[in-house]
Amino acid sequence: MPLLAIVALAAITYAFRIVGPLCRDRVTLPPAATLLFADAAAVLLIALAATSALMNGHDFAGWARPAGVLVAGLLAARRAPFPVVVLAAACVTALLRLAGVA
Amino acid sequence: MSSRGSTLVRDVALVCLADGLVGLSFGATAVAGGLPWWVPVAMSLLVFAGGSQIAAVGVVLAGGSAFAAVAAGAVLNTRLFPYGLAVADVVRPAQGSRSAGDDAGNGGAAGASRAAGAAGTAGAGPAIRRWLIRLLGAQVITDESVAFALRQTDPARRRVAFWACGLSLFGAWNVAVLLGVLAGSMVRNTNAFGLDATFPAVLIALALPALAELRTRVSAGTGAVVAVALTPVLPAGLPVLAALAGLATGWRPRRRTTNDPTPSPADRRRGNRAPSIDPITGER
Repeated sequence: MPLLAIVALAAITYAFRIVGPLCRDRVTLPPAATLLFADAAAVLLIALAATSALMNGHDFAGWARPAGVLVAGLLAARRAPFPVVVLAAACVTALLRLAGVA
Repeated sequence: MSSRGSTLVRDVALVCLADGLVGLSFGATAVAGGLPWWVPVAMSLLVFAGGSQIAAVGVVLAGGSAFAAVAAGAVLNTRLFPYGLAVADVVRPAQGSRSAGDDAGNGGAAGASRAAGAAGTAGAGPAIRRWLIRLLGAQVITDESVAFALRQTDPARRRVAFWACGLSLFGAWNVAVLLGVLAGSMVRNTNAFGLDATFPAVLIALALPALAELRTRVSAGTGAVVAVALTPVLPAGLPVLAALAGLATGWRPRRRTTNDPTPSPADRRRGNRAPSIDPITGER
């Protein structure tokens, strides 16, 4: 990942951050746009979660990783604390691999 | 008052701990995946948006182009724009003589006192200092700091909560990523520790509060199926962007009802430009 890409992402990200504090009085966001932003972010996060849980490059990643992610997702849906969710994902996947599950 | 302050300190510490774990795994995974040590470190300092950092690095580690990585990260960070509108009043230096330091004193958090002190004295300071505070404040706009700010109703407490969370998180995140980089460069096989499962787990935990609406769940479900189905055939990075097509499935029914002048209670709740549920604790 080249430095230029990092700087570009940082600049875009900062631009999104600074617009609100700079021109709150001049900018009003239509509620539909707010909803669309929120939905787009959720769609991307879930799509990325699904692909990074199930796939390794172009191929299936094996069962250990998606199993760990599934347990973590169920814990998160039950409002488990964030550290518990993260540790559960790692522990379940590590234990499954220890037991010989790829 | 003091109980509220200690609650703030406890909650900020909890969030820092949680995000610290994520930062640890982010740094370790990036380095273990073959990226140079400065990539996660520079991203954490300059981008400072965990979800997009994980997304961008995930795209690159999967073999995607830098452009696809930046695009995925940028789309994720569009939500910072409405966040910025929501917390614009606390990012700006305090107007007038009211000092927020009184509120922070009881909190006892170093970050809170420092932030409130800086924000409080800025009212009388030169214009350039006010600008610097505003520019710095914008950098610490995150899911967490915005959620903390919006849980408070009193303007002074909103300010303290935002700065305490934002600055503490900036410190914790960058230290954790650095430690993760060190760990990742020492541990041969991070997969044995299941670290690769923490990325998707974190992404799901981040997305869950936004999935309250059926419309969003339909969009996200469709997008996930599209992305996974396209992963074997498309170059890495593109399937995730293609998932945005899932928005069409969730949004079509809504467009038909846009003539309805009264927004649903859920729309009004979400239309307040900020997460209605704390992304870390799950509290409403």
